Amino acid sequence: MRRRVVVTGIGAVTPLGVGSEPLISRWSDGRCGIEDGAGRCHEFDPLDFLSRKDARRSDRFAQLAIAAAAEAVAQAGWDDGPPHDPHRVGCIVGTGIGGLGSLEQQQRNLIQDGVKAVSPLAVPLMMGNAGAAAVAMRQGLRGPTYGVVSACAAGAHAIGDAVRTIRCGDADAVLAGGAEAAITGLAEAGFAAMGATSPSGVCRPFDARRDGFVIGEGAGVLVLEEEDAARGRGAHVLGEVLGYGATCDAFHLTAPQPSGEDAARAIELALRDARLRPDDLDYVNAHGTSTPLNDRSETAALKLALGGTAKSLPVSSTKSAIGHLLGAAGAVEAVATVEALRRNLAPPTLGWEEREEGLDLDYVPGAARPLSRNGKRLVAISNSFGFGGHNAVLCLAA
Amino acid sequence: MATAVSAEQVEQTIYDSLVEFGTERSLLGREATLESLDIDSLDLVELAQIVEEEFGVELRGDDVKDVKTVGEVVDLVVAKAA
Repeated sequence: MRRRVVVTGIGAVTPLGVGSEPLISRWSDGRCGIEDGAGRCHEFDPLDFLSRKDARRSDRFAQLAIAAAAEAVAQAGWDDGPPHDPHRVGCIVGTGIGGLGSLEQQQRNLIQDGVKAVSPLAVPLMMGNAGAAAVAMRQGLRGPTYGVVSACAAGAHAIGDAVRTIRCGDADAVLAGGAEAAITGLAEAGFAAMGATSPSGVCRPFDARRDGFVIGEGAGVLVLEEEDAARGRGAHVLGEVLGYGATCDAFHLTAPQPSGEDAARAIELALRDARLRPDDLDYVNAHGTSTPLNDRSETAALKLALGGTAKSLPVSSTKSAIGHLLGAAGAVEAVATVEALRRNLAPPTLGWEEREEGLDLDYVPGAARPLSRNGKRLVAISNSFGFGGHNAVLCLAA
Repeated sequence: MATAVSAEQVEQTIYDSLVEFGTERSLLGREATLESLDIDSLDLVELAQIVEEEFGVELRGDDVKDVKTVGEVVDLVVAKAA
């Protein structure tokens, strides 16, 4: 029998606050963490989680990962380190870019003051695996540990990899998630140059007036444990990762395949992995970036994969409340999805008002909507798609 | 360039640097060991960069591999600057 992977802890730092609670509560209440065209984690102070020395040795994206992981392991009851053989506990943390702020600072030092002005911390600060390394070192995790880099699908790929790692028996638990802190001059200029970000600074996924994504920062981490190992230690199980599907468009460097066919295949693979059918779903947590291209191709993908069921499902975008957290998005959205299901809620797509022809799914406008449980667990998919045509879909239950 | 460097100047620079790296100032003293202050090889490389910038003294890995206390680091820099 296949090993099952349950969620025993979740943690998040987002523009809606520090913690998974403010993320889901404030989003469900219709509050938006985007200010002045960006989703910054204003409430996050790294010194609440790290000594000055450790804070100085981690880029902001790794600091965010450490904070999200701290919440997740506390909720899982891992008070004195992992409750399993640490060699069988891994850590997989995705990021789109890694320590970009650090890279830019060190590059400035190099150009202005020469080679000797570059810090010996430069490489460990900017490396894309720094989030995974920092969390593993802090939590004493000695199993499979690495970063995942797949642009805006990285957080979901990390969770998918973690599920596979546990299922195949390489680990009994994995801290999995994503982290990003790329609201920097270079990233903002680059995204703007390619026309990906919103000139209006407003994120309104699936709305006819949408004009691009709004950049955000943050982190999400889940404690994933093999079911028997979790139940054996009396853990409180929050939810389960039922399935995972990953594909690539192999179509364009940045634009999604307009037909959505490979994204649809990732959805189908996730459902097949979960051994479920479209009509078993209760909710779709969309990638929903608010870019003209994504929201159209994602809608097409959902229709392709789910058939007639697509129109009867609530589909909403967390990005409408926090912006696009890039490599953290898939993980934060998995956290939000688990919590939404636990609260029997489909949170709203904030800002959605005007329908565009062809974008005719139920995007949950206005306010959060109750989900009917009927005595069974609720099931959702969470979509993540990244530049490079990467598609990763998680099937979650709670 | 490495002229008239006083021990006090060197000590002040090194103390300020270590505080910048995250060490509590109240723990600093000549007898404090690098190990007790959690000062590792990365800190020493950063410190060497600062010392070179300030006093024109080049500290290599070999120079500091046997150094145990903050006072020994100060003395080493003062000696090299002389």
